[in-house]
Amino acid sequence: MSALLELRGVGRSFGALKAVDGVDLDVESGARHALIGPNGAGKSTLFRLISGEMAVTAGTVTLSGDEVTKLSQVRRARRGLAQTMQHSSLFLTQTAAQNVALAAQRHRGSARWLLPRRQRDVDSRVTELLAAVGLLERGEVAVSALSHGERRQLEIAVALACEPRLLLMDEPAAGMSPAESGRLTELVLALPREITVVIVEHDLDVVFALAERVTVLHLGQVLLTGSPDEVRESVAVQEAYLGSSNRGELFGPTSRPDPSEGHPVSNLLAEGALHSDEADGGTRS
Amino acid sequence: MSVDPAPSTVDETAARTSGTATPTGSARRRVPLAGLIALAVLILLAAVPLFVAPFQTSMLARMLIFALLAVSLDLLVGITGLPSLGHAAYFGIGAYTAGLVAKYWTAAAPIPLIAAVVVAAFAAVATGWLAVRSHGVFFLMLTLAIGELIQQLAESWSGVTGGDNGLSGIPAVEVAGEPLSLVGYVYWYVLFFAVLGFTVIWAVSRSPFGAALRGIRDNEPRMRSLGYSPFRYKLAGFTLAGAIAGLAGGLFASQQFALVTPADLGFTTSALALLAVAVGGAGSLWGPAIGAAVVVLIRDVYGPDLDGHGTLVLGIVFIVAVYSLRNGLAGLTTTRFRRRGPPADAAPAPPRDNEATTPDPTTPDPTQATSAVPPTGGLPANRQEGHGVDQGSKGPGTDDPPRHADDPGERRS
Repeated sequence: MSALLELRGVGRSFGALKAVDGVDLDVESGARHALIGPNGAGKSTLFRLISGEMAVTAGTVTLSGDEVTKLSQVRRARRGLAQTMQHSSLFLTQTAAQNVALAAQRHRGSARWLLPRRQRDVDSRVTELLAAVGLLERGEVAVSALSHGERRQLEIAVALACEPRLLLMDEPAAGMSPAESGRLTELVLALPREITVVIVEHDLDVVFALAERVTVLHLGQVLLTGSPDEVRESVAVQEAYLGSSNRGELFGPTSRPDPSEGHPVSNLLAEGALHSDEADGGTRS
Repeated sequence: MSVDPAPSTVDETAARTSGTATPTGSARRRVPLAGLIALAVLILLAAVPLFVAPFQTSMLARMLIFALLAVSLDLLVGITGLPSLGHAAYFGIGAYTAGLVAKYWTAAAPIPLIAAVVVAAFAAVATGWLAVRSHGVFFLMLTLAIGELIQQLAESWSGVTGGDNGLSGIPAVEVAGEPLSLVGYVYWYVLFFAVLGFTVIWAVSRSPFGAALRGIRDNEPRMRSLGYSPFRYKLAGFTLAGAIAGLAGGLFASQQFALVTPADLGFTTSALALLAVAVGGAGSLWGPAIGAAVVVLIRDVYGPDLDGHGTLVLGIVFIVAVYSLRNGLAGLTTTRFRRRGPPADAAPAPPRDNEATTPDPTTPDPTQATSAVPPTGGLPANRQEGHGVDQGSKGPGTDDPPRHADDPGERRS
């Protein structure tokens, strides 16, 4: 298998701050590759550099053998790069089906972009995709009436409507209940192998369930790329995480028993924002 | 007043403004009714010259023309999300072009109009190529500048445009070699092409292209990530709006005793068109058409009776519309639709920010009570709604406020 996505020395500085610094990354075609790292590690910035939303200040990005470093986000999207957003950015007033159709019509039947013809091709594609993410019955419901979990599922349908070769998923499980993130994991695992998936995720259960390769970023640099087991056992990775939090064992021999025992960052956020009694209970448990 | 070719846009506006789920299934069921209304309005409008005195008929023709201008502006403002302050420039370019073609070349029926549309479209491409790169206030200022520039051109190029005196002596339109000498015929001519223009805009707004324009209005970065080039779509929308404005201008120049002056393409006309869109309700297409009728009615029909205070009354109407009608006149219908209640299968959505600031006492929002989170200012509406519906555990990493407090059971190990 050849590398679908290749990053060579990719960097992005904001003034003196190097948010992403000399990242090399190879994502094999058909791979399920995860990017993890403590907050501020540069994961989201790296995502933007890959998608073209942000321009690199150093290095090259290569997509299926073609260098796309200078190409805009739109151009890269047309070359088969789709993404799901960290914060759901669906069109709230439109129905689920309309959201998918908007993406599908761009990649199918571009010849009839002006006249309101019956678009059977697009329509059937929309039905197919909604069924794939389990939202067939919710197709005619406005997005504003969908639950958070359903919206994340819909995000995936929209991204798939772009007929991607490379699917970037930015924290798809964020804000999901364990049951919902379980369904999400199944959904991503069921994607055809023609679609390469790169995922940024804080929920390490999801990461270890999905990914075959994991790249750990720390302070904008690649700390380690390896199999989930290698990452789990790496001392360097544990130190990187522990350095950014006050929690104990991160990758214990048993996986997390419940969501509150999550990733250190969840507690950092929780302490600031929760009612104090709940926050105390959460950190003590 | 207008031919209402946009039946289901009512539902779209309803969905957008109220945030309620309006399944398109029910929208499709309502289309025949709206289609019937449109047909009835069309027949009524076509019958006007048979019953109404010539002066009123010609006034109605002016309303139709101004409505076409307002609807073409709505394509920019309401559908594409580009509020232009210079839209009358393309109206004026169309008017001058049609007038000059009729005067110096031929007044045979569609030729002056076609020339008007083509020249206005070219002007819109050239100016839009610059303008649509900008956003918000900069777009406003650029379009204002373009409008002023073109007005200056019309004033100073007096050899062609007649300068400040305007372009006069435009011959009557000829259909099949016969000049249209009666007001009623001219009215029908205007009606025919105005309906054609409305239909084009309506069809475009309903097309996949229109859906893309709305997507760009609502979330441009998102559209980019889907592979749409916002610039091209906005430029196409801008050009189309300019072309239809040019058609309206061409019709304006084909009225009886037509006089095209630089004022017709200046800021005042642009502002009045924008006012018509605001009063009628941006994005609904038929709303601005009615708004345009209101504007013409107040300024031209009742204006003389008001001792020239028509503009003042217009200002008051504008203020009232902005403060009391959430989405213009079109919003009145959607409010009525809302009172019927959202479909039972659709979960009610929490109020959006704009509703939170202007609560409608007559329509109690069912979600106001059930929404767990009171609307907080800084949060985007969508995330807020996400919490209202989903009580799932908070994943780490989002900057949403974690709300484990609502389900403490989930936190016990």
